[in-house]
Parts: sequence; structure tokens; C-alpha cells
Amino acid sequence: MWDFITTMMPFALAATAPMLVVALGGLFSERSGIINIGLEGLMVIGAFTTSFFVSQAFAGNMSTVWLGILLGGVAGCLVSLLHAYASISLKANQVISGTAINLLAPALTLFLAQTFTGGQNVRIPTGVPRYDIPYLSKIPILGPLFFTRVFTTTLIAFAIVAITWYLVFKTAFGLRLRACGEHPQAADSMGINVYRMRYIGVLASGFLSGLGGAILLVTASLEANGEVAGLGFLALAALIFGKWNPVGVMFASFFFGFMRTLGSLATINPTLLQWNLPVELYNALPYLMTLIALMLFSRNASGPRAAGEAYDKGKR
Amino acid sequence: MKDKDLFARRLSPFVSIFFGFLIGFLLLLILGYNPLAGFAFLFEGGIIGMPAGDLRQFGNVLLSMTPLVLTGLSIAFAFKTGLFNIGVAGQMLFGGFLAVAVGNRMDLPRALHLPLLLLASMAGGALWAAVPGILKATFRINEVVTGIMMNYIALWGVRWFSGRFIPGSDVMTSAPIRETATLRALWLTNLFTRSNVNYGLFAAFAACLLVWFILEKTTFGYELKAVGFNQHAADYAGMKATRSILYSMLIAGALAGLAGATHYAGFSDRLTGLGWLPSQGFDGIAVALLGLNSPLGVLLAAFFLGYMNIGGAYMQIMARIPAELVSIIVSTIIYFAALSQLIEGWLKKWSNKNKRDGGAL
Repeated sequence: MWDFITTMMPFALAATAPMLVVALGGLFSERSGIINIGLEGLMVIGAFTTSFFVSQAFAGNMSTVWLGILLGGVAGCLVSLLHAYASISLKANQVISGTAINLLAPALTLFLAQTFTGGQNVRIPTGVPRYDIPYLSKIPILGPLFFTRVFTTTLIAFAIVAITWYLVFKTAFGLRLRACGEHPQAADSMGINVYRMRYIGVLASGFLSGLGGAILLVTASLEANGEVAGLGFLALAALIFGKWNPVGVMFASFFFGFMRTLGSLATINPTLLQWNLPVELYNALPYLMTLIALMLFSRNASGPRAAGEAYDKGKR
Repeated sequence: MKDKDLFARRLSPFVSIFFGFLIGFLLLLILGYNPLAGFAFLFEGGIIGMPAGDLRQFGNVLLSMTPLVLTGLSIAFAFKTGLFNIGVAGQMLFGGFLAVAVGNRMDLPRALHLPLLLLASMAGGALWAAVPGILKATFRINEVVTGIMMNYIALWGVRWFSGRFIPGSDVMTSAPIRETATLRALWLTNLFTRSNVNYGLFAAFAACLLVWFILEKTTFGYELKAVGFNQHAADYAGMKATRSILYSMLIAGALAGLAGATHYAGFSDRLTGLGWLPSQGFDGIAVALLGLNSPLGVLLAAFFLGYMNIGGAYMQIMARIPAELVSIIVSTIIYFAALSQLIEGWLKKWSNKNKRDGGAL
């Protein structure tokens, strides 16, 4: 059993990282009061931008890959402006605008890929390597679980959890952001610029979603093909399951990432073959559990209260 | 509603479509394609061959629009009653699964088999929509979130059910339905030169008529709309809001399930692509928005989208412009449809100004 867990851990952590980063993006947006259903599309944009840049510019230097990952985040940020402008400035329906992004992203990236490369799939020559962290990987129990064969991007993802927690719960900025998501009228009366805070929330979600798509690309898929297999929606589920709290979101993402790993290794790993559970069960379980969690939470209604409602200054 | 407001409302979808085409046009221009030639093929694709009596392409337009009418109608119906049914893809998939299961596992005469298949699809869709409906009605949980969860549960659930009860040649497809259960008809296939246009089209027309009747001519429909406008006011007037929410989700789900039957037992003859959610579930959002949530509008919008799908494929072959252009245009249209109130505002202002200046309108 121990062997099985230590074999699974590096895969599970790698599967957690992109989802976690995207879910934290969703957290910024929803805490500011804007539902962002377009996370999936923004991930696609990020993955495509990174793969296109790296496939064109890579010449054996790893810093190109890192620059590509950053560009993926920037591209997600730019596209999320569409959502921010529609849902904040123009007070449009947030779900419809997010859906438009989900439909636009695969179409646009496949169109550009075919125009510039002739094919639908854009492959990158190399991802980022796994490595054992010196000293830490020698710690008994914890070492083999968390610090062996890790990606740098996974460490970055967990660092973002800490940063998000600090920003949202320990700074004036975070208090204002949350106020805009709970009661924008009250926030406005205290002199907070609600529109500005919400723009920051949505753009942060765009950047982190793009980054998440890029991380998925360099650690797992290695090619952009216009989809991220529902990972953006899974991140949305992790956000809800984690009750809009960075630490909760981290555990939820890890749990979902572990399930996804079990699903993808179910037909290969000897232990999982023994269990003989269907691949589909592992994949459907996160969504089922989120549904159940929603029912259990609903009594002490969680989630930012004003999320989904456009803020109109003139309305009381 | 005043005439002028109605005029602005009816015009706004065309403004969205205009912007969709404009963005598509600019994209082609920037990327070095010939936009005029591309658009010519896009518009020609749906009717090419018609003068020579070859109705295949036009038949494919009707084929492509069939599930879109039903998914669009499902979303439009839910919108009218104040709900956003984003779970259409999952409802369509599960309805399609039950339909194919009935079509494959049962051995019945055609007069029984086909109606039973259609009923099964509607029951499947309604069942899948019942979950968000019940959660919304009893726990007040947002139906968008639960709809998305149900979509992915359907994606994996149906793949598992299919592999277990109606296994096909691989995990992505199921076994085919029997001849007695198909929605296809020889006379239609011959009329449209080998296109798989099927009875699903008539089912879609009938559904539009039925939804129009329910919403406009019955007390039940009036109550559903009243709850959609203002749940508390409707409650105060003695209507049962929770019951209305559940009923409208069930009806929307049944429509989505029927879309599954037309797709998997008419367009194809088995479940296919069991690794992705059916795209019609999301394109239905565009259909409902463009159709202003009215049954007639949904029909027209679905025809437009079906036409674009077939035209896009033709354009890809003839002009080597990727067919994804159509999806780019459609998503732009959805984006602008989200801004419809703003556009209506502009149109009203514009028509007011024209009146003041003495311009004819």
C-alpha cells in the first residue's frame, strides 16, 4: 500500500497543480462578485499561447519555456478583459459572457493553429523536468510523498495558495475584494471603487487560468489541441467544494487531482487493476461529491452573496 | 411594450449577427485570407446544387438544425421561466443513451418502437434535469453550477452505461439501434439526395408549436412565466413557485432529451463521441439568445446556425479557411447577445434621435 501511495503521489500532485491555480483564479473573481464560467476557455487560451510561443522560439534554452508559461498567463489575462468589460462595465449576464469565452477559445486557437502551423495540434519540443528537491526529499515519509520527482510548477502552484490566502484574508486589499463580493453597495458607501476591485478580480482569474493552462501543457499534455478536457469546470467544482477558501480549494483540488490520477492509471497500475473499478467512476466522482457538498452547505449558504449580480451604482 | 421598444428588441439579434460577421471578416482580412471569397462560399454552401435538383446540402442544413431547434427551445423555455439551463448537453446525452438503449435492446414493430424510443429520450432528459430542478426548488442552489456538474456526470456515466449495456466497437461508440427504431425515412433520404434528414425535424417543429401553446395559451404556462418574472410576487399571488421551477426544468430536460434522440437515432444510428459533451448543448444557448426565447425565433435561429455549420464545412473545402471560423462568429454573436440590453438601449436612442430630426423610420 505504501509503495502504491508513493508511486501515485508525484502524479497526483502534478495533476493537482493546474487545477489548483485555475481554481484560485476563480476564487479572486467570485470573491469580487463576478462569476467566471469561462475558466475552461481561458485555460485553452493559455495553453495555446504557451505552446505556440515555445514551439516557435525554443532553441534549447529552458528560459524560453518559462517565458512561454508567463505569456500564457498574460494571454489569459487579456482575453478575460472581454468578460470583465461585459460583466462589470456593461452589466451583461455573467454566465452568457463566460459561455461565449468558452466557445470562442477552442475555435480561435484551432483557427490560429491551422493558419500558422497547418495542423490543429501544436506540440512543444520539451516540457519542464521533474526533479528531487535536495535535502527535503531525504526526510522520511514526507520526502517520498511530497518532495520526490516534483515539477517546479507544482511548487509555484502551492506558493500561489499561500499568496492568495495572505492577500485575501490578511490585507486591506483582500477585505475590500471580499466586501465587493458580499455587499457592493456597502463597499461603495465606504469609498471602495467596486468596479475597479471587480476588474482586478476578473483579470486575476484570467491570468491564473492562462497560467494553469500553461502548466497543464508543460507538465502533462505537451501539445495544445483546443481543449483541456473539462479541467476548467473541474476547477470550478474545486472552488465550490473548497468553499471559496484558498486552503479548502487546495485540499479539494488535491482530492480531485488524485481521483483523476486514479482514473488515468486505472488500466495500467497493478494495484488499481486489482480493485477493478471503472475508469468512469474515478472521473465522475469529483462532480458527484461537489453536488452532495452543495446540498450539505446550502443550509449555511456559502459563497460570496453578491456573486453573479451586476453592480449598478444608481441602484439601492 | 411600446412599438418602439419591440422594434429595438427584435432588431438587436441582427446587430449581434452583424458584429459576429464583422469580427469574422476582420479576422480573415488580418490573417491574409480572402474574406469576400470565404464569405461567398460560406453563404453558398447550404444551397449549392439546389438548382440542379440536388438537395443534399440543403438537407444537411435541415439535419444540422434539428437538434439545435430542440436544445435552443429547451434553453429558451427555461429562460422564460427564469432558469438558465446550462445542463442541456448532459440531458441530451442521457436522453440519447436511453433512446439508443431502447432502440438496440428491444425488438418491437416500428409503430411501437419509434414512439417508445422518443418517449425514452424525453424521460432520460427530464430525469437528468430533475436534479438541478429539485436542488433549485428545495435548497435554492444555483442551477448553473448543478447543471455543469450534471453535464460531466452524464459524460462519464453514459460512457460507462454504454460500455456495460450496449457496448460498441470501442469506448467512444455504442452498438447501433435496430431498423425499426430509426428516425430516418427512406422517402426523406431520397427527397434530399442521400442526406439523413429525418422525422426528428418534424418532432422539432411539433415541439415548437407545443411550447408556444403552453406558454401563451395555458394557465400553467402563465404561472411558469409569472414565477420567472418575480418568484415572490407569484408566490404571493398563490402560485406554487417551487413546483413551477421543477416542472419547467422537467419540460426543458425532456426537450433536450428529444434532441439526443434526433442526434443519435437520426443523424447517426448509435451513440458517438463518448469522450466529449455534444456541442449542440452549448450552441443551443446561441439559438435561444438569437431567437429571443420565442419558439418561432428559435426555429429561425436554429436554421441560421445549421446553415452556417454546413456553409462553414463547404468553405473549408473550397477556400481552405478553417471551419472554426463559424464557431468564432457564433461565439462573438453570443458575446454581443449578452449585451443585448445595451444594444436595445442604443437602438432606442437612435430611433428617438431619428424621429426628432424628422428622419423617416
